[in-house]
Formats: sequence, C-alpha cells, structure tokens
Amino acid sequence: MTAVAAPLTTPRQGRRQGRLRRLFSRSTVNIILVVIGLLWLLPSFGLLVTSFRPAQDFFSAGWWQAIAHPFTLTLDNYRHILQTGGIGDAILTTALITVPATLLVVLIASLAAYGLVFLRWRGRDWVLVLIVALMVVPLQMALIPVASLYRSVGLFNSIPGVVLFHVAFGLPFAIFLMRNFYTGIPKDLLEAARIDGANEWMMFRRIVLPLGKPALASLAIFEFLWVWNDLLVSLVFLSGSSHVPITVAILGQLRQFGSNIDLISTASFVSMIIPLGVFFAFQRYFVRGVLAGAVK
Amino acid sequence: MARIEFQHVDKRYSGAEGLAVNDLNLDVKDGEFLVLVGPSGCGKTTALRCLAGLEDISSGDILIGDRVVNDLPPKDRDIAMVFQSYALYPHMSLFENMAFSIRMRKAPKAEVESKVREAAQILGLEKLLDRKPGELSGGQRQRVALGRAIVRDPAAFLMDEPLSNLDAKLRVQTRAEIARLHQRLGTTIVYVTHDQVEAMTMGDRICVMRDGLLQQVGTPQELYEHPVNLFVAGFIGSPAMNFLTGRVAHDGAAAALALDGLQITLSGRAAAAARTCGDGQTLTIGMRPEHLDVATAHTSNAVRVPVLVDVVEFLGNDALLHATVGGTEVVALVPVARGVAVGDRVELAIADDLVHTFDPQTDHTLGNTAAA
Repeated sequence: MTAVAAPLTTPRQGRRQGRLRRLFSRSTVNIILVVIGLLWLLPSFGLLVTSFRPAQDFFSAGWWQAIAHPFTLTLDNYRHILQTGGIGDAILTTALITVPATLLVVLIASLAAYGLVFLRWRGRDWVLVLIVALMVVPLQMALIPVASLYRSVGLFNSIPGVVLFHVAFGLPFAIFLMRNFYTGIPKDLLEAARIDGANEWMMFRRIVLPLGKPALASLAIFEFLWVWNDLLVSLVFLSGSSHVPITVAILGQLRQFGSNIDLISTASFVSMIIPLGVFFAFQRYFVRGVLAGAVK
Repeated sequence: MARIEFQHVDKRYSGAEGLAVNDLNLDVKDGEFLVLVGPSGCGKTTALRCLAGLEDISSGDILIGDRVVNDLPPKDRDIAMVFQSYALYPHMSLFENMAFSIRMRKAPKAEVESKVREAAQILGLEKLLDRKPGELSGGQRQRVALGRAIVRDPAAFLMDEPLSNLDAKLRVQTRAEIARLHQRLGTTIVYVTHDQVEAMTMGDRICVMRDGLLQQVGTPQELYEHPVNLFVAGFIGSPAMNFLTGRVAHDGAAAALALDGLQITLSGRAAAAARTCGDGQTLTIGMRPEHLDVATAHTSNAVRVPVLVDVVEFLGNDALLHATVGGTEVVALVPVARGVAVGDRVELAIADDLVHTFDPQTDHTLGNTAAA
C-alpha cells in the first residue's frame, strides 16, 4: 500500500511563508540600498554643513558637531565666493562649455543614430563598428596631439575648443546609446510614415525624435554631468585662459591657499548642486531611458 | 480607384539565393478585392511591399492606374497601407494619427478636421479621438489603422495580414467590417493573408502563391472547385482535401486505383482521368472531407473507400471522422446521425464527379478539371 504523506504546511501557511520570504528579501534589498545611499549622501551632507561653517571651526571640530552646541553656521562663505572668489565667473564658464557641448552631442548623436538605423547605405555596419571601437580610445591619448592642433588653428585657451573636444569624445557613446534605443522603434512606424507622405526629416522630427525622448533625456544628463564635472580637459586646454570652469577654479583655490577649506567646500557644493538639479528635473526620463533599449 | 497590374515582376533580395517573387503577372481590376494567400515565405508580403514601394523590384513593371510606379516613392503611389502591427504612432492621439497623412500633404485645417471626423464616424471611433493608441483595445487599434487609410482616400488599399493579431471572435467581426467598408468605398483592395478562410470569405478573387510563384488566380468558387494543382487543392478548403496516391489498374473498360493491399474502383470523372494514364502509372485522387459520406446500399455513382475510423470529433450537427486507408489518413465530415464510432470499419463514398485527380509527378490536375 502506498501512503501519501500529508503536506507539512497548509496552503494558507505556504502563502504566508511566501509573503514573509518576499518581505524579508525586499527589506534586505531596501537596507542595502539605504546603506549605499547613506554612504553616498553622508560626504555630500558633510560638504553642505562645512560650506556654512566659519574657517576656524574646521580645524577645531568635525562637521557633525556643527549642528550641536555651539551653533555657528554662517552664510559668509557663500557671500565671499560669489563676491570675490571668481566662482560666479567660473560657473558661467562651465555653463558656456557644458550647455553647448550637451546640446551638440544630443543633436548630432540623435541624427547619426537615425542614419545608422533607418537609412540604408553602403558601409553602414562598418561605420557602426568604427564608432563602437572609438568608445575604447582613452581621452588622455588625444590631449597632446589635439593641444598642438588647437595651437596651430587658434582654438587653444578658448571655450569652443573645449566644447569641440567634449563633443568629439562624447559622441561615440552617445551615438551607440541612441542607436540601440532606435533599433527598438518598430520599422513599420517609419514605413507607415513614408507611405503617409513624410520625408526623412519629417520622419525624424515627427516620429523618431518624440519616441526617443527618454533616451535623449538620459543622454543629456550623462553628457551634462560628464562635461560639468570635467577637470582634465579644461586644465589642459584652458589653464592659460582668464576664464576657467569651476573645477579648475576650485583646484586653483586649493593650490593658492592650501587651507581655505571653507571656500573650497562652498564652491564644491555650488558646483555640485547645479547638475543635481538637472538630474532631478530629468530623473523620470532617466530611469526609463536607461532601461529602454535593454528590453525590447 | 485604380487598376493594379504586375507585369513579369521579379524580386530578389541581395544575398538571397532564390527569387522572393518570381515572374509575377497579375491584374487587379478597378474596385476589386483581391486576396494574396499562401504559406509563410511564399512571397505574398514581398509582392505587397513592392507594390507599396517599400521594396524595389528586380525586374518587370508595376502599374497603378496607367502609371508605371517602379521608381516612384511610396508617398507618390497614391496608396494607403494597413500593417499587421497596425503601426500607429504611439505618441499621437487617434485624431493626430488619422490626420498625419493629409497633414503631410498640407491639407487645409477644415478639410483635415472633416475627413478625420468622417472616417471616425464610419468606424465608430468618434468618442476616442483624443485617446492615444496605448489606451485602446486590439480591435479599436485595428479600426484606427483602417481609419488612417480611409482618411487618405487613396487609389488602393494595401492590407498586410491586418487581422492576425486579433482573437478569433474579433477577427470574424472585423472581417465583415472590412468587407462592408469595401462595399461602401468601392476602392481597390489588395489584401495579404496566410489564412485561407479569410481569403475565401473576403476576396472577390484569390491569388494563391507558393515559393514566390503564382499558382492560381480565380474566384473563391473557382479555386475550390477547380484547383489547378495539388498545392492549391490542399491549401484551399478547410478541413484540407484528402489525397490518396496509388497505381492505376485497368480492367477492361473499368479503372481502379491500387493502394497498399486494396483497390478503389474509379468511376465518372476519376475513371476518365485514369484512362489517360498507362497501366501501373501513379495517380493521386483528391476528395474534400465535406464531400465524403458513409456509404449506404442506395449510394450510386460514387467512388467508395473502405476505412478504419480511429478518431471521431463531435462538432454538433456533424462529426469529423479521422480514419485510415492503406496507411494514409482520411478525414471526412459526416452527419452525426450516421452514428459512426471509433474502431468502426465503414465505407466512405464520394460522388464520382466530385473526385479530383492529379498527376503526382507534376502535381498538376488531370482530366477535365479546367484551370481557372
């Protein structure tokens, strides 16, 4: 005779166990995320607090004591850097580099990706291979040749020169990202538009561009952050200029005084808050854009 | 409205060995509903895409109206296409979707408005015009795709398997809707499908294709009654035609088909076809399931096939018998009242003028079955 073993748990218990397991695994993930978040957030918060402290406090106590007694927070540092430190000018210079570089990269990449995905032409696949290959070329390799080239054409120590360099090195990844996103757009849509009477430009502007919005937004954020935070390129191509971006300006402050941490932290926070604002503004698209293209 | 003509059209994809469309000659009359049908890869969609201008043809001519359109871009061919995937612009409202083509032609605002409203009214979409395609059901999306085509008021509609993404019930409804639309607008329609039921129910004429080659063009009835070859005979009709292949045995004036261990006496049309074959030559006979019935003592002028029933499918009024004869499966649609059960040995009979005969060497129809 065969006996059937009674189930050890009732269906209801099983469901409860499953729910508990899910809850546990979800809370584990949440805890890990919170820890990672704190690790990233804490230094930024420290920077924020430091930027509001008088210089002498920095050497006597850590920033975490600032909130405790005695309460000595001040706006002097901000007043100082905005009035004297040339930080205002540096932020403007950074914006003059970052905004055109970002716009150009987004514009050129979206057009180039359209050509790589929706137009049929000889050698298209080889051009794509070349673009992917360019992604692995380190930027440092080009600094000296481009610097001497810039000197001969008069772009050295000029903002357009830096913009051009950022655009050139931003494009391979940008084209690759946009191309991958565009391949997810059904070809039928373009064919329908073609039959409906749209030319290539209309198909790009009316169909592909609106559908590519999430990818464009992610690309714009990526590019904006990279160019805004860049130090190396500006240091090489703009160090002799009277207008330097904020990253170079902060470095200059550090070199000049060595110990003016109050001003440096204030300038750093200002330099950080602008891209952060851009990120939050486009955050909604960013998440969608990064996922888009991964799963069709 | 326009007549459409394919004249010796070839299409070869670069890198592909064979021709996707091979010497296609086809004349679609003005206002006709022509269905291109065939199994996947038969070239029907390629032919339609060539007609739309989405693919270049390798040789031959395509005419819409009296114009050769070989080198015209899709937008100048005065056609509208309904895609299998509907291809609705997901970021635009239904109104914008339907207005897109006439806006591209720079139609005045009032005309855009009136044409879109009119198309929406024909298809019962008036209340949905502000919605986006993502908010619609499959059937509604299908109607928008049709609406987009109607708004253009083209010389011809091209439809590429427009019903294949719908469920069975909706498919039947939309089938009737498209047929009604055709009656109302009277525009030439070229319709591609792999579903022979769709082809039979919708088309004024059907064009059957296989491996890039046109097999037969004709009305649904012509194709059903007079298929030109084994492929068309097997493809048109549901359930598919039964085929039995054996050797012809002449016995004086009578003719028979010798299968594994049994002889089927032929009469009428089948016997006439058998007489054109030499003794021992192979012959295929075709019998539609709905023409087969269980033989009774009163059955006359019929070809009789003794079978062993192994499956009976109850369909309500009728039953579908799956039986075997000489190792070949035969399907018959008989009234339930015959009371056939699994395991029965019965004799199936078919009126001898309904038997089709084919030459298994060439696949062509033999005898007096006239090609359409």
